[in-house]
Amino acid sequence: MRQALWLAGVVAVLIVVDLILPRVLNPYLLQVVMLCGINVILAVSLNLINGFTGQFSIGHAGFMAIGAYGSAMFSLHVGRGWVAVLERLGAPGPLAEAPALLVALLLGGALAAVAGWLVGLPSLRLRGDYLAIVTLGFGEIIRVLILNIDVVGAARGLPGIPNWADFFWVGLWIAAVVLTARHLAHSTHGRALFAIRDDEVAAEALGVNTTAYKVLAFVIGAFFAGVAGGLFAHFLSYLNPSSFTFIRSIEVIAMVVLGGMGSISGSVLAAILLTLLPELLRPVKEYRMVIYSLMLIVLMITRPQGLLGTREISFGWLRRRKSGPAAGAA
Amino acid sequence: MEPARGAGDRGMMGDVLLQLEGVTMQFGGLKAVADLDLSIGEGELVGLIGPNGAGKTTVFNIITGVYAPTAGRILLAGRPIQGLRPHQIARRGVTRTFQNIRLFSSRCCRDNVCIAGHQHARAGLADALLRTRRFERDERAIQQQADELLEVFGLSRWATVIAAELPYGQQRRLEIARALAGRPRLLLLDEPAAGLNPQESDELMHLIEDIRERFRVTILLIEHDMRVVMGICRRIAVLDYGSKISEGTPDQIRTDPKVIEAYLGEEIQADLGAGA
Repeated sequence: MRQALWLAGVVAVLIVVDLILPRVLNPYLLQVVMLCGINVILAVSLNLINGFTGQFSIGHAGFMAIGAYGSAMFSLHVGRGWVAVLERLGAPGPLAEAPALLVALLLGGALAAVAGWLVGLPSLRLRGDYLAIVTLGFGEIIRVLILNIDVVGAARGLPGIPNWADFFWVGLWIAAVVLTARHLAHSTHGRALFAIRDDEVAAEALGVNTTAYKVLAFVIGAFFAGVAGGLFAHFLSYLNPSSFTFIRSIEVIAMVVLGGMGSISGSVLAAILLTLLPELLRPVKEYRMVIYSLMLIVLMITRPQGLLGTREISFGWLRRRKSGPAAGAA
Repeated sequence: MEPARGAGDRGMMGDVLLQLEGVTMQFGGLKAVADLDLSIGEGELVGLIGPNGAGKTTVFNIITGVYAPTAGRILLAGRPIQGLRPHQIARRGVTRTFQNIRLFSSRCCRDNVCIAGHQHARAGLADALLRTRRFERDERAIQQQADELLEVFGLSRWATVIAAELPYGQQRRLEIARALAGRPRLLLLDEPAAGLNPQESDELMHLIEDIRERFRVTILLIEHDMRVVMGICRRIAVLDYGSKISEGTPDQIRTDPKVIEAYLGEEIQADLGAGA
């Protein structure tokens, strides 16, 4: 019941924000906001694999690409038909697009999750650097595959994807991934993941099926990366394999590490920060990436544990912070 | 008190809980454990001693499934468990502590204990994500059990402290509390008193006796501190070069010439002299 109320509240707020945003922001700013949101989903989902479970995946761009292309192909070949039918029945635009987009995103996520399961399997035998190499290889294989499949546009890219995704959808999926991560973290399953990160041998000795949980982290993380890819596709209307190089994976890793391994709110914060920074630095032109890199280095030196470490920002925490000094003075 | 009945005596404790039959562990050319027979009755507190490198921890690793024995059988309450994965064996009721403490060092003490409650949770992943009633009930039970265990071990005031920040002695206690949270039938303690001062190890001894009764758990204990083993174990098995060279009551072990020669030497004689 409480859950349903929350959900209704989130949807209502998102609809209002979705209506207001295009009026107060120019298209450029709106695009930055959307990219922030998509990066938040990517960062939080990667945090489940790298932060929570302590595995090292550099294949997130691969999962994102699978979700992006999978959902785009669905929309191009099936989804558009659904929308046409619904519109003929008199449904207004956004409502007619909703079912098709939802199915496209879920399909993209599911395809990525299957890939996550496949990639998760070697993680049972490999860890650390070795697992990183495997996931890196996976990401590159996906990109090269797309580059060579003509149906999805190969090197030309895939144009004409319906641009159904607006802020409402990104916001909805941010809520979904953050809630999933939060609920996971505060349950036996999340504790099992943390246990694996801290000491796999001890976790196993206490009855945690480490195999199943390591793969589970990959599957859930990949699912949301796939959804993020789907949102990316349905927002830009155009996909190109060059968007999914391993540099993209590294960017997401930087967000997770900067935010603090295992901290959900840290990932959110860092994803927004690292998306905004390059945009804010546009005035300095050619020095942009130099300054961006320097700032990253300085941040990591001053806060090696990440912006938030393993802590979380919550309403309770903010309240305590506020009342803390006052109570101390009294 | 039970009468001493010689080597192989299981005491008056009833059914056999753990039985090792001809267990052998070979690493390449090295026989770490050779043809070991050992049986532990329900409710017993048995000590496993031996010089460094005798294969004691290897025996623990075999029982808990870290290694699959090269030969032999391991029966838990009559059912074979050799070859099962460690988490499966844990779920059948065997949990352990480690010689070099292995806590989940980034988590708080309560979480450390809660993790072991994991295997008794019935709520699935979907329950956790949707916060169903079953999940809430499970979670309450796990937290409650954790708080009770922390209380028993005198760790309540450290409940929210990160495990890595605990004093060493408390870390040892937390590890035992964590192992108990799995509600084991058989608890394996690998040198629980290692690194403790005499007073701490005395306290720990009492605690171990106490938990055996309170939680009705059978305990197999590896220990280097002779006082600990002799003080609380009614039956002791001695390993040397992977083979069992003696088994019996503390008195029998103390006087067994093979044991004295292989392991205890002057130390035990000094101990005996002090005790007499």
